[in-house]
Amino acid sequence: MHADPKGVLTGVHFLDGDHACCEGTLAAGARFAAGYPITPSTEVVERFAWRIPTVGGIFIQMEDELAASIAIQGAVWGGAKAFTVTSGPGFSLMMEHIGYAAMTETPCVFVNVQRGGPSTGLPTLPAQADMMQARWGSHGDYAIIALCPNSPQECFDLTIQAFNLAEEFRVPVMLMLDECVGHMTEKVVIPDAGQLSITPRRFTKKTPEEFQLFAPQADQVPDMVKAGDGYRFHVTGLTHDERGYPSMTVDTQNRTIRRMQTKLDPLAGSRAIFEAENLDDADVVVVSYGITSRVAQRAIGMARQQGVRAGKFRLISAWPFPAAHIAELAGRVKAFVVPELNLGQMVHEVERAVAGKAAVVPVSHAGGTVHDPKLILNAIMEAAR
Amino acid sequence: MAKGFVKITVERCKGCGFCVEFCPTRVLSLSSAFNSKGYHPPNIVSAEKCSGCDLCGMYCPDFAIFGARHAR
Amino acid sequence: MNESTLEIPYEIPLEAHNPVEPFLRMDRMPHIWCPGCGIGTTVNCFTRALLDSKANLDKVAVVSGIGCTGRVAGYARLDSFHTTHGRAIPFATGLKLSNPELQVVVYSGDGDLFAIGGNHFIHAARRNMDLKVICVNNLTYAMTGGQTAPTTPGKVISATNPYGVFEPSFNLVALAEAAGASYVARWTTYHVKQLARSMEEVLNKKGFCFIEVISPCPTLYQRRNKMGDGLDAMKSYKELSKVRNGARTSECDLTKSGEIVVGKFVDRDRPDYFELLRNQMTESLGDRYAEPEVSCSEC
Repeated sequence: MHADPKGVLTGVHFLDGDHACCEGTLAAGARFAAGYPITPSTEVVERFAWRIPTVGGIFIQMEDELAASIAIQGAVWGGAKAFTVTSGPGFSLMMEHIGYAAMTETPCVFVNVQRGGPSTGLPTLPAQADMMQARWGSHGDYAIIALCPNSPQECFDLTIQAFNLAEEFRVPVMLMLDECVGHMTEKVVIPDAGQLSITPRRFTKKTPEEFQLFAPQADQVPDMVKAGDGYRFHVTGLTHDERGYPSMTVDTQNRTIRRMQTKLDPLAGSRAIFEAENLDDADVVVVSYGITSRVAQRAIGMARQQGVRAGKFRLISAWPFPAAHIAELAGRVKAFVVPELNLGQMVHEVERAVAGKAAVVPVSHAGGTVHDPKLILNAIMEAAR
Repeated sequence: MAKGFVKITVERCKGCGFCVEFCPTRVLSLSSAFNSKGYHPPNIVSAEKCSGCDLCGMYCPDFAIFGARHAR
Repeated sequence: MNESTLEIPYEIPLEAHNPVEPFLRMDRMPHIWCPGCGIGTTVNCFTRALLDSKANLDKVAVVSGIGCTGRVAGYARLDSFHTTHGRAIPFATGLKLSNPELQVVVYSGDGDLFAIGGNHFIHAARRNMDLKVICVNNLTYAMTGGQTAPTTPGKVISATNPYGVFEPSFNLVALAEAAGASYVARWTTYHVKQLARSMEEVLNKKGFCFIEVISPCPTLYQRRNKMGDGLDAMKSYKELSKVRNGARTSECDLTKSGEIVVGKFVDRDRPDYFELLRNQMTESLGDRYAEPEVSCSEC
C-alpha cells in the first residue's frame, strides 16, 4: 500500500539524519511517538513534536526511557504505528521493554543514535558501540532486526523500511544511526506518497472466536489485532501459548521461543539488505556499516588506485547477521577488513561466518570521531599482502 | 420460602470463611466435610433466611459462591 | 464431596450463574491466589461496577504490572495486558492516547505501582491522564515471598526486614492527591459495596482516578506477623476502619494495627490530558491543528 500523503513531505530537502529520520517515520505512517531527551537523538522527536499536530497524531515526552519504550507498545496495541528514539544510556534503560516487544511480538521501532560510551561517555560524538547490545541487550533468547543507515537519505529510506519490516515480522526493529549520520546535513529527496511502499499491519480477518493472537501463519508470523474491536485478547510477557495465555512449560517455551527466532531467518539469507561492490574479483573485502562505510568507501578507492583488488560489503541489515553471504565470500577471498567505531563488535560475527577460511582483520576505534581513511587503507594493504 | 438462594461451586472453594462471616443473616457455616483439595466449603444451614443479597458472592475471592433473588 | 452431593434445601434456577463468570476467562480457573487473599474479592467488585456502569466491555482494557494483583489482567475476559514490573501506567498511557475510545483501567499492586512504578504514577497523575488506577494494597511484595514494600508499616516482619520494618511507609492516598489525581479513595476488601460503587464512579469520571484497596495477604504478611489468616484480616478491617469521606489525605497514614481511614477523599474536576492537549493546540494552531488519528485498522 502507498504512504498516507498527510505525512509525506514531498520535495528535495537539505536535512540532517535526525530530521530525515523523523520525516521517515511520518511517511511510514507513524502517528504516535514517545521519547525522552538524550543527545544526539533528541532532534528526531523535537521535529516530530513540531510536525505531528498538523499531520494528525500524538507525541508525548515521557518521564524516562523506561516509560517511553513501553508507552509506544501500548500505542501499538491501541492500533498505532509507533516509535521511540534514544542514544546509549537510554538504550540501556529500554532493554527490558525491547525484550517485552520481542516476546509479545509487538511491531515497533527503536531508533538509537549511537554516541561514545560506555556510560555517559561522549554525548555529542559518534560511535558504533551498541551493535552487540542491539542484538543481545535484553535478557533471554530473542531476536530483533537492526538496520544501519549511512546518510541522511538513508535515514529517511531505512526508517520506512524499519516500520515495514516491523509489521511484516511482528518484531521490534532497531534503527542504528550514529551521531555523525544523525547530525550530518545532506540532500534528502522525499518522493510523492504514491511512490512509497508501506507495509500495512496484518490485522486478522478471523472472528474473535477463531482468532489466536500468537498462532503463526505460514510465514511463522501471527496476525495482529487492536484493542477495542471485541477480540478480548491477552498479551503477557510470560511464556505463553498460541492463545496468549501464560503457559510456563518446557514444551511451550521450546515452541514459542524458537519460532520467534526462526521467523526472522529470511533476513539472514535471501532478504538480507546489504550493498556489495567490486566483489567479483576482490582479494580483500571491507565489511562496514553506518558512517564508517563512507570512510571505508574512500579507503577502498585508494586501495584500488594502488592496484589492490578491494571490494565493499556494506551491512544495511546488521541483524540478523547475513552470515551465509559472508561465508560464501570467505570461500573466494583472501581477507576481510572490518572497520568499526568500536573495539570490535560486528567483526566477531564476520569471524564466525568466515570460520577460518580467510583472514579477518578488525580496524577498531574507541569512538569520538570517524576513522582516518588511511587506517583502513593500511589494513587493506596489509591484508592483501 | 426464602427470598433468595445461594449456589456453591464446591470444588472452587478454598475455605476462607468470608461468606460465612459476612452473610448478614447467617445462612452459612463452614462444613466439616472436605472438597477434593482438602478445604471446608460452606454449608447452607439457614436457607430460609437467605435474602439473595449476594454479599457472599461479592466477598468470595474464589468465585465459588453467589446468591440471587428467586424470580417472583 | 461435589455439587451433586451437597445438600441444597431448595431448587436452584437452571439459568443461574455467578455474575462474575462472564468477565473471567473461565478456561483459566482456578486462579493462583491463595486462600483468604482479597484480590478475587476486588475482582467481584470490579465486575459489579462494570455491569452497573453499563460499560461497553469491548472497549474496556485492563493493564496490569507484575505481582499477585498483576495476574488480574490474565483472568479478565477483556482486552488485557500483563506488562512489565512497574510499567503498567506508561503502557496504559500509550494505549489510551492511541485509542481514546477505550476505557483503560490499570489494575496492579502496591509494590508494582509505587516502588518501581512510582515515577510513572506521579507523572500520569500530574498529567491527569484519563486512566482508572486500582491499587490492591496488601502491604507487601506477595508474589516474590513477602518482602518489604514502600507501604509496609513500621515494625512489621517481612522477608527483607526480618527484624522489623523501620522505614517510614508511603501514604498512597496523600501521594495520589499531591501528584494531582482527580479522584482518590481508599477502601478495604471488607467494604465490598463501597468499593464497587467507587469503581463505578471512576468508570464514569474523566481524568486520573485512584482507588486504593487494602487487602489481606494471609500466606506472607498475616502469617509472618502472627496476625492469623485472611478472615482475621477482614475482621480487623471491619474493626479498625473508619469511614471518613472527605478526610485530609495527609491524616490517613496506615500503621501495623492502627485505625484504617477509608472513604472518598478527593473528587475534583480538572481538564484531562486530551482536553489540555486539544486546547493548547487549537489555541496555537487554529485550523491547522489536525485531530489525532493515531490508531487505524489499515495502517
